[in-house]
Amino acid sequence: MTDDLTQLTIKDAARLLRLGSISSADLVTAHVERIERLDKHVKAYLRFTPEIWERQAKEADRQIREGNAPPLAGIPLAVKDVLCVRGVEATAGSQILRGFKPPYTATAVARLFDAGAVMLGVTNCDEFAMGSSTENSGYFPTHNPWDLDRVPGGSSGGSAAAVAAGEAIVALGTDTGGSIRQPAALCGVVGMKPTYGRVSRYGLIAFASSLDQIGPFARSVDDAAITLALMSGYDPLDATSSNRPGMEILNNSAGSVKGMRLGVPREYYDVAGIEPGVKSAIDAALFILTRAGAEIVDVSLPHTDYGLAAYYIIAPAECSSNLARFDGVRFGLSEVDAPNITEEYLQVRRKGFGTEVRRRVMLGTYALSSGYYDAYYLKAQKVRTLIKRDFDEAFTKCDAIISATSPTVAFPIGSKTQDPLSMYLCDVLTLGGNLAGLPGISVPCGTSDGLPVGLQVLGPQWGESVVFRVARAYEEASEMRAEVATPSPLQGRG
Amino acid sequence: MDGWEVVIGMEVHVQPKTLTKMFCGCAVAPLNAPPNTYVCEVCLGLPGVLPVPNRAAVEACLKTALALNCEIPRHTKFDRKNYMYPDLPKGYQISQYDLPMSVDGHLEVGSRKVRIRRVHLEEDTGKLIHAGDKLHKAWESYVDLNRAGVPLMEIVSEPDLRSADEARDYAMELRTLLRTIGASEADMEKGQMRAEPNISIRRPETEEFGVKTELKNINSFRALHRAILYEVDRQTQALESGRTIVQETRGWSESEQRTFSQRSKEFAEDYRYFPEPDIPPLELDRAWIEELRRALPELPSVRRTRLLEHLPAAQVAVIGNDRDLADLFESAVASGAPALATANWIVNEVAPSGKLVSAEYLAELMKMLQDGAITRDSAREVYAESVETGRTPAEIVAEHGYSQVSDESELRVVAAAVIDANPKAVADYRGGKKQAMQALMQDLRKRAPHANPKVANKVLLELLA
Repeated sequence: MTDDLTQLTIKDAARLLRLGSISSADLVTAHVERIERLDKHVKAYLRFTPEIWERQAKEADRQIREGNAPPLAGIPLAVKDVLCVRGVEATAGSQILRGFKPPYTATAVARLFDAGAVMLGVTNCDEFAMGSSTENSGYFPTHNPWDLDRVPGGSSGGSAAAVAAGEAIVALGTDTGGSIRQPAALCGVVGMKPTYGRVSRYGLIAFASSLDQIGPFARSVDDAAITLALMSGYDPLDATSSNRPGMEILNNSAGSVKGMRLGVPREYYDVAGIEPGVKSAIDAALFILTRAGAEIVDVSLPHTDYGLAAYYIIAPAECSSNLARFDGVRFGLSEVDAPNITEEYLQVRRKGFGTEVRRRVMLGTYALSSGYYDAYYLKAQKVRTLIKRDFDEAFTKCDAIISATSPTVAFPIGSKTQDPLSMYLCDVLTLGGNLAGLPGISVPCGTSDGLPVGLQVLGPQWGESVVFRVARAYEEASEMRAEVATPSPLQGRG
Repeated sequence: MDGWEVVIGMEVHVQPKTLTKMFCGCAVAPLNAPPNTYVCEVCLGLPGVLPVPNRAAVEACLKTALALNCEIPRHTKFDRKNYMYPDLPKGYQISQYDLPMSVDGHLEVGSRKVRIRRVHLEEDTGKLIHAGDKLHKAWESYVDLNRAGVPLMEIVSEPDLRSADEARDYAMELRTLLRTIGASEADMEKGQMRAEPNISIRRPETEEFGVKTELKNINSFRALHRAILYEVDRQTQALESGRTIVQETRGWSESEQRTFSQRSKEFAEDYRYFPEPDIPPLELDRAWIEELRRALPELPSVRRTRLLEHLPAAQVAVIGNDRDLADLFESAVASGAPALATANWIVNEVAPSGKLVSAEYLAELMKMLQDGAITRDSAREVYAESVETGRTPAEIVAEHGYSQVSDESELRVVAAAVIDANPKAVADYRGGKKQAMQALMQDLRKRAPHANPKVANKVLLELLA
């Protein structure tokens, strides 16, 4: 019975809460029980926040009783470890931040709290959101609920796995090159990355500032849309946040796709390394969308090949600078027996940062160095402009772009950790959206070999409503729903 | 010195007058605030926080640029200057690199037109306090981040200055300009203005510049002047004895009155500048710029030219370099005060104390002084009391009976008493020592502070004759 309460969408849970059939406390209890049973296998969470959930659930129940419940009143929420919540340890999946309790709450999280969400805990991720499998966490890897021997994707793997395993109804992630959409695809849930500037980044521990965006994981397109709308909009604490009203996202986001032109970029459709099972799932999705009245058009994103290279210059360059503040002087890990300040920096950072973070800091430092700046960083920025133009050009021929989210389904834990380049290729279909700052969603689109496949819909800048409309129409026509996995170690496929 | 030409360029950092810091809502800390009491998550560089530029700082920088005849581009942006140091919480300083707020201006200093290369905006760092001598040898080092994130304008000149005098005059003219337009208090002693001259010497008639050194830790105009003189002398001696100059940053030691090597450019840091991704490029709206330009007050150079028509250069040098004094002078004269006497009063009495009354009051006082209605000593007291109480000079004079006594018969009584009491001085005077008169007048003023000194002197002379 209580497991039923962990399979709900926001919409269904809100109805039950309004009717008085259940209380927010019931919802929380059901989730906590399930977490106690399953999370030792999934390992989606890094830490839990019982003081917060007790207070927030009580408040939600009061609001519901008084008939003035905000839209997310009582809805269990999981928060990725890169988002600050006042008084809750935030480590960005890194040992270097161990013990750091921020005295402020990220704007996006604060807005969901205002909307009534109940925070259950902090989810695991790749260290500083650098990775595509959550294996780079400074704590432990997270397991895919559909197959515990496989990765959940990353970097927001903990949030994706929590929603997939019935350990939260909605979760927050961040997407710098695909870190929401790719794990959503690998875990069979909905994951949305909004237009750059749609959601305030205040309180998000930065990886690459010009690419990072916060977005939701959910079990339905509607759930993702309402959650995103509630956290969107201008924030005086983030100069890059847009003053467009967040609620515009919901305008016309529920219509049909009849007469819409959906572009399939040939560079994405035939991307190197795409698995046949993924390809056939996408073919089936295109067929369903055609039947629903959409017109499939061929488009081209000619600079796709250069996107990965440009991304792996720009993102490390920004991260090399963003991570300079982790010096052991004011917070987190601190080495005390260093003979001088330079040695202290070296010891703290060697001890606190994992391999991938150190690799990217070095790559980025190199790319920005005098004598190399023009050849690397500047060139990468020019490629970024070309990629934006590719998308602008494509959107003159279509309303939205359709592709697979990830060329592969979830891969076995450990299979790519020795080969960073193969790991980087996980993001080949998603990072273009970050370089161009565009909104994109991944929705469940069947399975390949028993593992979830994700369908990616990309829209033009500020075109979240178009993205939601296509995704929702597909969800409806395909009758494909994000299902909740109940893993047990015995189900592992070894 | 002979046979060498001095070449100086100036980098001046100025703290614009703002209530809050450059990228956060923290108040700018007053001088000597307890360490780390004017800080927040943003200027502490905690994880996850973001900078938002301060409009007032941008405005002060644009006003300064306009007053320095700079060109203001349509777009400007912030950049990150990356280096790790404990006084720099984020590991980078937000500054401006290749698209500064303004370029290509000039400032006239005496007969020299000094070209301004750029004026840009950045944030200050924190302060380190070492228990030992240098960071690496110190037992303990303390970090005070009150200043971290305080806005700074950096004003960079071309190497157009040719002497220590010119460099000092340039810095002083800059201060006058900044105060006049209200962009900054520009008080060097309070660290609101820091001048960093770069200095080289070369043989006259040569095109190429010599190797330059840059001086830091200068916190007064006097120190600026002395440091440059020292450095020019050091470079001259080095070159004349066949040694070479190393391009480096040198500190000025106030206690030892000499410069010392701080860091060599051989190991120059690579700052890895790149555009600050947390702040979108700023579009500088033309209408806004024009509005700022129209709102600029009369600039000091223009005002000085006008003042020189009525006053000697010495007075203009004081009055023309302080907007408040110049305003006081011109308004008082407009209210009927005598120009020269008022200028002298402002130079000798107002400027040193820095205490100003209203122009109407000053005019009233100056007229009373000119008419001989009060003595100069009384005028001083009246002025001080007027500053303190805000009452009119006429009221104060009436209340204290400061009105000057010019009646010869009354003064003759006092003068007789003075002669009786000072037989030696009287004898000296009559014996031909005219200076003895001073002692007699002094005694007279003591006995009758309100005596009109001119009349008293005349009466005393008559009695002595």
